[in-house]
Amino acid sequence: MKLEVRAVEKTYTSKKGATQALLPTSFEIGDAEFVSLVGPSGCGKSTTLYMIAGLDEATGGEIRLDGQRVTGPGPERGMVFQNYTLFPWLTVEENTKFAFRLGANLDLSCTSSEVMTQIGRANSLLDLMGLNSFYNAYPRELSGGMKQRVAIARALTAKPKVLLMDEPFGALDAQTREEMQELLLLLSRQEKITTLFVTHDVEEAIYLSTRILVFSGRPGRIIREIVVPFGVERPPEIKLTREFFDLKRELLSLLAHDRAPTGERDEMLRKLVARTK
Amino acid sequence: MKAAARYWALRQDVPRALYYCSAIAGFGSVVAAWWWLSHSGLVETAYLPPPEVVWHSAGELLRGETLWSDLKISFLRVTAGFLLSAALGVPLGIWIGSFKLVEGFMQPLTEFVRYVPVPALIPILMLLFDLGELSKVMLIFVGTFFQLVLMVADEVRRVSYELLQVSYTLGARRGEVIQRVLWPAARPGIFDALRLCNGWAWTYLVVAELIAANEGLGYRVLKFYRFVQTPKIFVYLILLGAVGLLLDFVFRKMNQRLFHWADTTKR
Repeated sequence: MKLEVRAVEKTYTSKKGATQALLPTSFEIGDAEFVSLVGPSGCGKSTTLYMIAGLDEATGGEIRLDGQRVTGPGPERGMVFQNYTLFPWLTVEENTKFAFRLGANLDLSCTSSEVMTQIGRANSLLDLMGLNSFYNAYPRELSGGMKQRVAIARALTAKPKVLLMDEPFGALDAQTREEMQELLLLLSRQEKITTLFVTHDVEEAIYLSTRILVFSGRPGRIIREIVVPFGVERPPEIKLTREFFDLKRELLSLLAHDRAPTGERDEMLRKLVARTK
Repeated sequence: MKAAARYWALRQDVPRALYYCSAIAGFGSVVAAWWWLSHSGLVETAYLPPPEVVWHSAGELLRGETLWSDLKISFLRVTAGFLLSAALGVPLGIWIGSFKLVEGFMQPLTEFVRYVPVPALIPILMLLFDLGELSKVMLIFVGTFFQLVLMVADEVRRVSYELLQVSYTLGARRGEVIQRVLWPAARPGIFDALRLCNGWAWTYLVVAELIAANEGLGYRVLKFYRFVQTPKIFVYLILLGAVGLLLDFVFRKMNQRLFHWADTTKR
């Protein structure tokens, strides 16, 4: 499996003129890698992900998956969104197996035993996600964390070559987010899932990734590539180690470049205090 | 906070029993005002009969056959017009809501027709479809169809775009997205549009029957008017209101039943 992003760029044109959201950007992702895209908001990291998913069109460059040019969305590039996107009229189980009933995934050469294996896999995924007693529940009965777990299970049952995740835990509370991170870590290591993960949470990126691509502010471009030195086993305590902190500091200082200079802000604060009296 | 103050908090729930009491009080106060006005001598009782006279008249009419046959034929007309409207309006609405090109072709046109007052079309309908049943059914159809199409299209457009995106990434093709995502997601809203549509169908039914009919609820009201049988007119008006309320209730209950998965806080 190889995902190639070659000189992909994005420019939005409106009546007011053209806005460059993403400068020509190139990178590659190999088998079983977990790559995070990190950067300030509006840096084009989500746009990049949507273009790889085939849900947004690049204004230049090309994207190839195993040599095949990406021209639109397809089941070999699964996606998990930040907002909850479960189908509200389907149960947890039906949501998870949604892909099975689609023409694109009906492999006629598939034997019934292979179909059974797939269904078994879908069930195992749900069980692993701690959803075994929620097979028949409807999305409105689930918490936010559960909804995202079903969304991940649903994306994985379609057997994608690469899993694209757009701030999937962004709407969750801190504690649920940590549980989800551990679950995702476990899943991607065990199942050897190739993942491209967009987040603005630096700690999340370090904890999950094998590699991090840091984007600059708009117009976005990759300003640094960081290989995360931690191995396959990553207990949560790893977040408290010196190495982890150093990496976090490095990333934060890269991202801090785009903020307003502190001198200006001090001046503004002084004015505010003066006027409050 | 005192209980009384809590009941007047903005948009806060009150106990169910109290809510029903206030509903009964609403009806009761109208009947009380009616009773007082009809006995006060301010209004001629021939034009505003007292409630007890209407009650007596209702007993007579309910025992007779005319009321039931009027109700039956009116119900059949409404249902025929409504079903025709739904059968054509729902698919067309889905089509408009799904494709911008179809929207461009149909929507401005539909908006235009919608603003032509339906009663103004009666002469044309009578010329086209004669004075028989068809002209009445067509009036109900014309009165509800264009509204329904636009509401259905709106419901389809209201389906979150992310639901479409996620189904594409799972391998769904365009046709499958319409069939397996747009349609099921829009169903509760479409069903609610049908409920409203059914209410309008009854309005246009009465319009049709007032103009050209020789049976049915609307026709009978006009006939009672000619013989100044106001108590009977009141009975028919109350009956029309009750039928509307009942159908509305049935539609709502069915919606809850069929689409129990929907997040009801939104509607």
